[in-house]
Amino acid sequence: MAFQTNNRIIKWIDYRLPVFSFAHHSLIEYPTPKNLSYWWNFGSLAGIMLVVQIVTGIVLAMHYTPHVDHAFASVEHIMRNVNYGWLIRYMHANGASMFFIVVFIHIFRGLYYGSYKSPREVLWFLGVIILLLMMATAFMGYVLPWGQMSFWGATVITNLFSAVPYVGDSIVTLLWGGFSVDNPTLNRFFSLHYLLPFVIVGVVALHLVALHQHGSGNPLGIDRKGPQDSIPFHPYYTVKDLFGLGVFFIFFAFWLFYAPNALGHPDNYIPANPLVTPAHIVPEWYFLPFYAILRAVPDKLGGVVLMFGSILILFLLPWLDTSRVRSGRFRPIFKQFFWVFVLACLALGWAGAQPPEGLPLAISRVATVYYFAYFLVILPLVGWFERPRPLPASISEPVLGAGKMAAQPAREKA
Amino acid sequence: MRKFMFAAVAAFLSGTFALAAQAAGEQDPAPSRSWSFSGPFGTYDRAAAQRGFQVYKEVCAACHSVKYLAYRNLRDLGFSEAEVKAIAAQYEVTDGPNDDGEMFQRPAVPADRFKSPFANDKAARAANGGALPPDLSLIAKARPNGANYLHALLSGYREPPADFAVPEGLHYNPYFAGKRIAMAPPLNADAVTYADGTQASVDQMAHDVTTFLMWAAEPKLEDRHSLGFKVILFLIVLTGLFYAVKRKVWADVH
Repeated sequence: MAFQTNNRIIKWIDYRLPVFSFAHHSLIEYPTPKNLSYWWNFGSLAGIMLVVQIVTGIVLAMHYTPHVDHAFASVEHIMRNVNYGWLIRYMHANGASMFFIVVFIHIFRGLYYGSYKSPREVLWFLGVIILLLMMATAFMGYVLPWGQMSFWGATVITNLFSAVPYVGDSIVTLLWGGFSVDNPTLNRFFSLHYLLPFVIVGVVALHLVALHQHGSGNPLGIDRKGPQDSIPFHPYYTVKDLFGLGVFFIFFAFWLFYAPNALGHPDNYIPANPLVTPAHIVPEWYFLPFYAILRAVPDKLGGVVLMFGSILILFLLPWLDTSRVRSGRFRPIFKQFFWVFVLACLALGWAGAQPPEGLPLAISRVATVYYFAYFLVILPLVGWFERPRPLPASISEPVLGAGKMAAQPAREKA
Repeated sequence: MRKFMFAAVAAFLSGTFALAAQAAGEQDPAPSRSWSFSGPFGTYDRAAAQRGFQVYKEVCAACHSVKYLAYRNLRDLGFSEAEVKAIAAQYEVTDGPNDDGEMFQRPAVPADRFKSPFANDKAARAANGGALPPDLSLIAKARPNGANYLHALLSGYREPPADFAVPEGLHYNPYFAGKRIAMAPPLNADAVTYADGTQASVDQMAHDVTTFLMWAAEPKLEDRHSLGFKVILFLIVLTGLFYAVKRKVWADVH
């Protein structure tokens, strides 16, 4: 059903600039599989969190001063003197954590349901690029309050680039804008922290274009056979997304209002001091799994390569997974390895927060090996040897099935 | 569910704190106490915070600044405008330059920041045997388990165990990282005389000044708690409505 209206102004504009037809096409009539589960809510949640971060960030930038002598005090000025400044800042700081929670779940959903498989490889690549941009943005944002963890986190992470052969030291000097983390570093990080979110918006737009080309995947991982398998995005998924958003905002509000500093580090309420190193430098929680991989390797360059490799390997995923069945629901062997993989990622997160010695170090090593083995060995082999369970004939079949009892028997049969 | 969530968060938090404490070096964990400001409906006990301000003013302020506080902020603790003016007027601050280009001294007004005891960090170190007394504006948030830690630290001075060496100029305190602290025991019984007749025991003063310092670090806590309650209540109703609409819209799909 094409876009129709009797409003002459809208008609006049739409004939010259088809924004209304476009919005109608991609937000209202956009045909979506009828069987999406709540795991499919996290994409729109991520989009909302991006908007929350940009809006709160723009307001914060109106009151923040990117200078080593004033940054910390300007954040306290926001917390104490700006009207509702405490709310805006806690929203932004906790919003970053919420954004990562949502995006991590979104990614694991993609891993389980094979969202990266043909014809959605480019959609997946764009998602990985968004993740990389998010990590860069979050890292630089954490530096801006210029507390102890800001300063020392920036020092540790930027120093990693010195492991690059030949040009490493030059890269680090370029990142710092000098010979140590100092005012030029803070200034360029602020500039980039303001820029990158808008780059993310651009890549998100491409992500959506790629998504709408073949439409959403679905929990069964089979293609839609006809109109009976689809429903229009509005009102079905608009209302479902709104409900999910409500639940998620309650979760967000809990942290924001009742534990606003629980996800941060107390040391960041101490102004940056280049002469005093904190006992243990830990990054924000969402970097801990990658930090654990970095420290699991006894060699600096090796650790850096594996840390970046742990994300870059996602670009190869469409070819590493040799199974033609998308959904993990029909892959009995894959399913088990997948949940161990989730466990390994959680273990890495835990180990990343511990001093790198003894049991945590051993666990981080085992989990790192499993992380890479999952992609490089397990997925290619399981795809070859696993016998997937038979797929349902169509999306409508298990949904409509044979009346009330449909869901259970259909699943067993499948 | 709600209970479960609180329990999960509490477990997570205690894990984080234990971790941070362990990270900071060998020290005893601070015992948990109940505070007027903890919990989702927590507020600052005004009487305790006012007494705590007195402890800060008469004891801590000899060495420690609270440079992010202004005298006007004391209105939040229930001091009247006249009282705040009188408190500010007790201090001389440097202002200027005036029209002759000279800096001059004048009594502080409510808009002024709390006067720091030392002109700069170097002066503070010189007067304290090389150790820098930290600014206390954010101390309650800048330490893991902040309030409990401050109370334990301030009331935790004692004789070291026989086999524990404490160098000259340091003091034994089991709650401080490394258990050796440069700060001499700051609180002695009846160091201050409370106007409301409260007995100024070390424990009482530690409790009061901790309440004051928590307020100094997180002055908007009460606004946050009360707004949060309204927001979450609103969101629960809104989400319930969304759920009802969702059920209705989807009724013909299943």
